[in-house]
Amino acid sequence: MTGPVDIHAYLAEFEDIPGTRVYTAARARKGYHLNQFAMSLMKTENRERWKAGERAYLDQWPLTEDQKAAVLARDYNRMLDLGGNIYFLSKIFSTDGIPFAEACSTMTDMTFPEYRQMMLDGGRSPEGNRSIKGGY
Amino acid sequence: MARITAGVGSSHVPLLGVAVDQGKTGDDYFGPIFVGYEWTKKWEAEQKPDVIVLVYNDHASAFDANIIPTFAIGCGERYKPADEGWGPRPVPDVEGAPDLAWHIAQSLILDEFDMTIINEMDVDHGLTVPLSMMFGTPDAWPARVIPLAVNVVTYPVPSGNRCWALGEAIARAVESFPEDLNVQIWGTGGMSHQLQGPRAGLLNREWDNRFMDLLEQDNDAVRHIPHIEYLRETGSEGIEMVMWLIMRGALGSRVKTLHRHYHIPCSNTAIGHLVLEPA
Ligand SMILES: [Fe+2]
Repeated sequence: MTGPVDIHAYLAEFEDIPGTRVYTAARARKGYHLNQFAMSLMKTENRERWKAGERAYLDQWPLTEDQKAAVLARDYNRMLDLGGNIYFLSKIFSTDGIPFAEACSTMTDMTFPEYRQMMLDGGRSPEGNRSIKGGY
Repeated sequence: MARITAGVGSSHVPLLGVAVDQGKTGDDYFGPIFVGYEWTKKWEAEQKPDVIVLVYNDHASAFDANIIPTFAIGCGERYKPADEGWGPRPVPDVEGAPDLAWHIAQSLILDEFDMTIINEMDVDHGLTVPLSMMFGTPDAWPARVIPLAVNVVTYPVPSGNRCWALGEAIARAVESFPEDLNVQIWGTGGMSHQLQGPRAGLLNREWDNRFMDLLEQDNDAVRHIPHIEYLRETGSEGIEMVMWLIMRGALGSRVKTLHRHYHIPCSNTAIGHLVLEPA
């Protein structure tokens, strides 16, 4: 043991990271059904039903209208805001036949070719991307 | 008596599995990654470990959002490669080591690590990719495997300190198993990567290498790195590196480095690989 941790300070720091939604318990709770819906696409028969009618498939899950709209628009940043976790959401873009790196690029301000080139060039630098408040 | 003879750290990027399965390991993109595993493949063939305690995380494959075990140990007879949405990988089933696994599970619980026990599950790329990297493409995996799954997805994930201590407890458990077994422990995942949000694509060569330096040292400073440092420096998914600390904790205070390799990028991720033995 390193001693008790102040949970409020621990969680507050997570909000200080630029362009990042840390998958906290609060997000996991908010996004529970969104993630379970995404998880259901692991099964072939569910993927078929989903492809036959996305809206009808979504309506079978207790999702908010916001969550449904974000899924239908494939707005992954919005899905993250609404409690989605990328490993669960990956079932949606896998079903769409989109590679992980391409799905990642849609959450950035880059096109996929630009994003791919950034990765080949060594990735996004941590410089200036560590802390919103600190700006380092 | 059983003993832990070595520890291996490695990334477990799913695309590496795709490269193996599609025979692309020698091309311009993947070649520089796989070259760094050649030494280890030869070494593993000589070492012939009986059992691998394979520390990894499940990526929404065997576990959904319903049940989230912090530390789970597989005590089953065998595990099938998971269908992660594009069909299971064409790799052999993974043979378990239930006698040793149950012994470790019981020992850990008595040692106050309250493990979740799993009898049946499919194993995803987190477990099968490291097997491919270390053993290539055999008809059957040459070692039995004890899957040790760690929650590194839903926060709070376990602290580095707790992971290190779990490694120490695993080593004690292995040493009290009466059968004469050559056991390795592998810590997988990482290195720096972020798969989500506008900061996606973050990589940190300098930090990753400092982390490997710390693992090679004769002290346990690395166990005290807080979650926020992994998150800021190595991306939201870089936290997988805490799983390397379970491996390192199991090797005792002094280690000898046998092999080390680092390459950027593999898809969204920095590839790191380290082979250590207790010194
Ligand atoms: Fe992973």
